[in-house]
Amino acid sequence: MIDAERLLSWYHMMVLIRRTEKAAQDLFLAGLVKGTTHLAAGQEAVAVGASAALRDDDYLFATYRGHHHAIARGATPEACLAELMSKASGLCAGKGGSMHLTHAARNMLGSYAIVGAHLPIAAGAAWSAGLRGTDQVAVACFGDGATNIGAFHEALNLAAVWRLPVIFLCENNLYMEYTPIASVTAVEHPAADRAAAYNLPGHVIDGNDVEVVYEAMSEAVARARDGAGPTILEALTYRHYGHSRTDPAKYRPQQEVQEWLARDPLLVTQSRLLALGVPKESLKEMQEQADKVVEAAVTAAKAAPEPELESAFTDVWADGGASWRT
Amino acid sequence: MEDVISYREAIAEGIAREMRRDPSVICVGEDIGAAEGVFKTTVGLFAEFGPGRVWDTPISEQGFIGAAMGAAMTGMRPVAELMFSDFFACCWDYLANEIPKVRYMTGGQVTVPIVVRTANGGGLGFGAQHSQAVENWAFAVPGLKIAAPSTPADVIGLMAAAIRSDDPVIVFEHKALFASKGPTAPLDHVVPLGKAATVRAGSDVTLVALASTVPTCLASASLLDGEGIQAEVVDLRCLIPLDMRTVLDSVGRTSRLVIVEENPYQGGWGGTVASIVADEGFQLLDAPITRVAGACVPLPFADSLEKHVLPSVERVTGVVRELIRRWS
Repeated sequence: MIDAERLLSWYHMMVLIRRTEKAAQDLFLAGLVKGTTHLAAGQEAVAVGASAALRDDDYLFATYRGHHHAIARGATPEACLAELMSKASGLCAGKGGSMHLTHAARNMLGSYAIVGAHLPIAAGAAWSAGLRGTDQVAVACFGDGATNIGAFHEALNLAAVWRLPVIFLCENNLYMEYTPIASVTAVEHPAADRAAAYNLPGHVIDGNDVEVVYEAMSEAVARARDGAGPTILEALTYRHYGHSRTDPAKYRPQQEVQEWLARDPLLVTQSRLLALGVPKESLKEMQEQADKVVEAAVTAAKAAPEPELESAFTDVWADGGASWRT
Repeated sequence: MEDVISYREAIAEGIAREMRRDPSVICVGEDIGAAEGVFKTTVGLFAEFGPGRVWDTPISEQGFIGAAMGAAMTGMRPVAELMFSDFFACCWDYLANEIPKVRYMTGGQVTVPIVVRTANGGGLGFGAQHSQAVENWAFAVPGLKIAAPSTPADVIGLMAAAIRSDDPVIVFEHKALFASKGPTAPLDHVVPLGKAATVRAGSDVTLVALASTVPTCLASASLLDGEGIQAEVVDLRCLIPLDMRTVLDSVGRTSRLVIVEENPYQGGWGGTVASIVADEGFQLLDAPITRVAGACVPLPFADSLEKHVLPSVERVTGVVRELIRRWS
């Protein structure tokens, strides 16, 4: 049982993510964010529950729908929004963008925009932890759409045969981009049902319940730290927006949307907190506080300077430069 | 010359030297451990360093190249072997999208000190899917360093530089050179990445070569010497960084340039070398820049056909002879 104080701090983080995603959407509509974004509103419980089960030195790898993971691992809304807005103060100095948020200071080692590519990379980080004699673990967070690509299967097999301390955390939001995952996959649970093929434990969990995610992750992390190898977790969840900014998600049945909105992870946690005796006012206070943080983040990000043009030619190489010839 | 070593042995020797000096260096790949590599380029490593540092993998190029990347991002220096360079196509995402870009797109938050070594090139009759010279594939991707040694000593020296580099480095080991022999390198021999070598001096024409085309050009230069043509041969040794200073200086002395590359003419690295010389060294030239490259066909199997489409001593010699005849 999670105590009220801890649950409240998770709730705060989820609200902060939700508000940041809303701000990202608004900034888009205002023409202040270029390119595309893939918002994770609705999936906050997965990120917050997962991060809560990790140590600061554990590794986490996310996808292009990764704002929630970056923030859950300690990146500030301001640094994230500034990155989306192509500002020098952005999390990646304006060179990554929405799809590549990275917060290496807390070993959140990137958001990867090629579907499934980061699963072997996460396995490699877990392999490295063992080689270096640490008990760090690595987590690969990925969407349901990644479960039919080769890198997913190659990573699972390699991690299984080498018994790597890695957790494969699928955020199954039912749709790859516009197509339902169920319509293109031979098994019901695209991640967990594949576990048997690699002799790994696989569990389907409620991804909208932060406590459930935390408990399942804690168990998988403990298993990995004990040297018992990888676990596949498939967290069922739902995105509140479309796949990306141009997608109104009209392909989703209205009834399904309503059912999932009723199970909004914020609502689930709110009810739990109220039942634990946390006063409504405390929740409201927390929401207002998150509003303030995100408002200030938007203001600061808007005011931040654009990157110096010379920075286009920095950080290709480890010496900081980009020189390729004499 | 007692300390002679084969190119093949030099690969294992170069890796072993680095593994001895740095415990974070590990090897990973298919059949590289107890089997010591399908080309026997990792002989002795498993015996000396054991399974904790020399890792056999499944046939799973995305899996282990991706894992090597993850290990490189977190404190290790993996040396991954891709059995044939043609197999880059099986894991190209890592070489094109992940390894070369993650440092840049994170604003410098992470580095990837990985080496990917691979057996490259034709001449052994392996057919179209195991014979390609694909150094130009890597050359098309900003963010990868590329070494392609032509001698055993350079194998050792460039391997040291590649493994010590904090940047991702692709080392193209040429299949047709595995059996070749040369002096070994002294201990702690390091050939810095991006330093070409002028391996034969001459005053009439510059031959720019890489890996397998270095011995081709040297043989051609010997023949041409008998005809009174003095060819200078520049071994680039690396494609990235590309040592254009050495090339331009040489062209300044010879006023003629022939680029000899095994990858296809279509999209080959020689096109970039030619364009830089055209842009920056036009006034040095007394003749058109000429390229001798692999033909723009998939590599044929039959020995005679394969020879026919790859740069040869005869072709290089003929091209240079004609160039001198027309532009003297």
